[in-house]
Amino acid sequence: MGNWVVTHWFSVLFLAAWLGLNVFLFVHAFLLFEKADKYYYTRQILGFCRRTLRKQLDHNLTFHKLVAYMICFHTAIHIIAHLFNFERYSRSRQATDGCLASILSNLSHQEKEGGSWLNPIQSPNMTVEYVTFTSIAGLTGVIITIALVLMVTSAMEFIRRSYFEVFWYTHHIFIIYFIGLGIHGIGGMVRGQTEESIDESHPHECAEFFEKWGDPDSHCKRPQFEGLPAESWKWILTPSILYIFERILRFYRSRQKVVITKVVMYPSKVLELQMNKRGFSMEVGQYIFVNCPSISYLEWHPFTLTSAPEEDFFSIHIRAAGDWTENLIRAFEQQHSPVPRIEVDGPFGTVSEDVFQYEVAMLVGAGIGVTPFASILKSIWYKFRNADHSLKTQKIYFYWICREMGAFAWFNDLLASLEQEMEELGKVGFLNYRLFLTGWDSNVNFDKATDILTGLKQKTSFGRPMWDNEFSTIATNHPKSVVGVFLCGPQTLAKSLRKCCQRYSSLNPRKVQFYFNKESF
Amino acid sequence: MGQIEWAMWANEQALASGLILIAGGIVATAGQFTQWYLGTYSIAAGVLVCLLEYPRGRRAKGSTMERCGQKYMTRAVKALGPLTRNYYIRAFLHLGLSVPAGFLLATILGTACLAIASGIYLLAAVRGEQWTPIEPKPKERPQVGGTIKQPPSNPPPRPPAEARKKPGEEEPVVGVPTGGPQENPMPVTDEVV
Repeated sequence: MGNWVVTHWFSVLFLAAWLGLNVFLFVHAFLLFEKADKYYYTRQILGFCRRTLRKQLDHNLTFHKLVAYMICFHTAIHIIAHLFNFERYSRSRQATDGCLASILSNLSHQEKEGGSWLNPIQSPNMTVEYVTFTSIAGLTGVIITIALVLMVTSAMEFIRRSYFEVFWYTHHIFIIYFIGLGIHGIGGMVRGQTEESIDESHPHECAEFFEKWGDPDSHCKRPQFEGLPAESWKWILTPSILYIFERILRFYRSRQKVVITKVVMYPSKVLELQMNKRGFSMEVGQYIFVNCPSISYLEWHPFTLTSAPEEDFFSIHIRAAGDWTENLIRAFEQQHSPVPRIEVDGPFGTVSEDVFQYEVAMLVGAGIGVTPFASILKSIWYKFRNADHSLKTQKIYFYWICREMGAFAWFNDLLASLEQEMEELGKVGFLNYRLFLTGWDSNVNFDKATDILTGLKQKTSFGRPMWDNEFSTIATNHPKSVVGVFLCGPQTLAKSLRKCCQRYSSLNPRKVQFYFNKESF
Repeated sequence: MGQIEWAMWANEQALASGLILIAGGIVATAGQFTQWYLGTYSIAAGVLVCLLEYPRGRRAKGSTMERCGQKYMTRAVKALGPLTRNYYIRAFLHLGLSVPAGFLLATILGTACLAIASGIYLLAAVRGEQWTPIEPKPKERPQVGGTIKQPPSNPPPRPPAEARKKPGEEEPVVGVPTGGPQENPMPVTDEVV
């Protein structure tokens, strides 16, 4: 537990502050409506009411989902509260016993001063459904709630992973959602007494004498009401502007011409594209979004860059894993004379950039997750070639776990040349890598397996790595270092690595510390 | 978009609509709104929809993740046969269920969402999709002795006692225990089932 807090204190603090702010805003708005004099008569007619506020902050996927859940939660509260409100408005309208609520409800009939009414239900025959669908607030509310439900159901993990296009296209109805949210409050349905009316006839003095409001000689006049102005636009304006700005920037960047310099097809349906783009510069482990208009106009898919910053081109390796990638590979396989046009947006940074900040780095790549590490290892190769001594990293432990070797034949060459270079420079201990083959294909011919790995001094191990052994060995070998653990792979592996990091990090901050960094798409 | 199975999304949407119907129904009934009996109906309809939609169907391509604990509901839903297998029937059932809830404001959201789910199911049905239950694959029992036609006629080869003292050679096949007192003149492989 102590270790968990040490690793995550910043996230915890941030979330606590955000939740605290949410709670504060909610309670503040609630108390305002509950206690303020302005809303005295509104309370009479309703009993009590609530209002909710929403904020939008888009940092990363986890926070986005958290905000989405918060929105759903508050939407539910908001809708239920207004359902009760409408029901009570309706009952007040239909009350015939001359109580305060019914007098208040009738106000609009006598005062033709445009907008001095309190009860949105104008006549006893009007149903709540009618008012809902003929008022701006009601109609926009229904529309944007349906949009929200559609966005949430199409974003469920199962749908997102299996049918990405459904999720991607449906999620764009957030545009409808935010426009609707902005105009939701324009109608001013929630009403309070005006300032002048409060000065004239304060509810604490005049509420009991409501029968006498119509008399010209009574010191209490009829209260005047005004609607609360729309306020949600204040919350969503800044984030919306930021978002639009970012989209314009990305669109402009993506329009720059991309020249494909080399196309390589590897076995097991892996395609390498080497490209050039004016003004493109990258760091290790970054990724780009790629669009191919001839396959799909609107789809942008992320791919990790597998080239090093020192090279004069940038490359990605694409494995067939769905509609879009299969179509792309097929389009390039056919080798038509002008290759399909590619648009590139990026690069975007991810955590792998930090690898060189750690004295000791543990890199774990599972399957296609080895790609960011391809970039890192290539960069190391160049740094050693150019005798770059600014590398903080003293030792790298690289674990590559995959089910079948054939898919990543392209990576073996890189490892082989790295091995050779390390020997030449006499730095054999710098890069320590182990390969794990977890798939057991009974057709595997063991001679073939050794052929694939010919030249690599490290033998392939079979089965999954025993992380406890690995971590304790590294902790023993580097008792005073900060070790960065980088993973690109599945959730289950992330869980075990995270646990090991916490278990093997010493509580003493000057002894060995394991920091866990994970990226996945 | 060629490989979308609309039924999967329709299933999520219908499940969400069921929950919304139940929630709206509870609000209307507990608050004793006018026409609150429609709220009670909405709760019942919501429960029915949720029970029907909870077991996820099997995807035509690839593996499907089951929902937690759906095994029991799968059996019940499967027992209804064509009523649940056919998506046309499901589409019209949902459409029918959603209509009465549309007369009460508290449940009208459930109506809209369920109607949308019904529409997606109709699309799935038109494209020929069907609900197939996720069943655990029967574990293939290793066929012990399936290939043995006759018992062996010779005893296993055993070298003389002196040869047994030699250290065992490194096996070329990983996974088989190495070493041991016996050195086999012919390579022996372990049949891993």
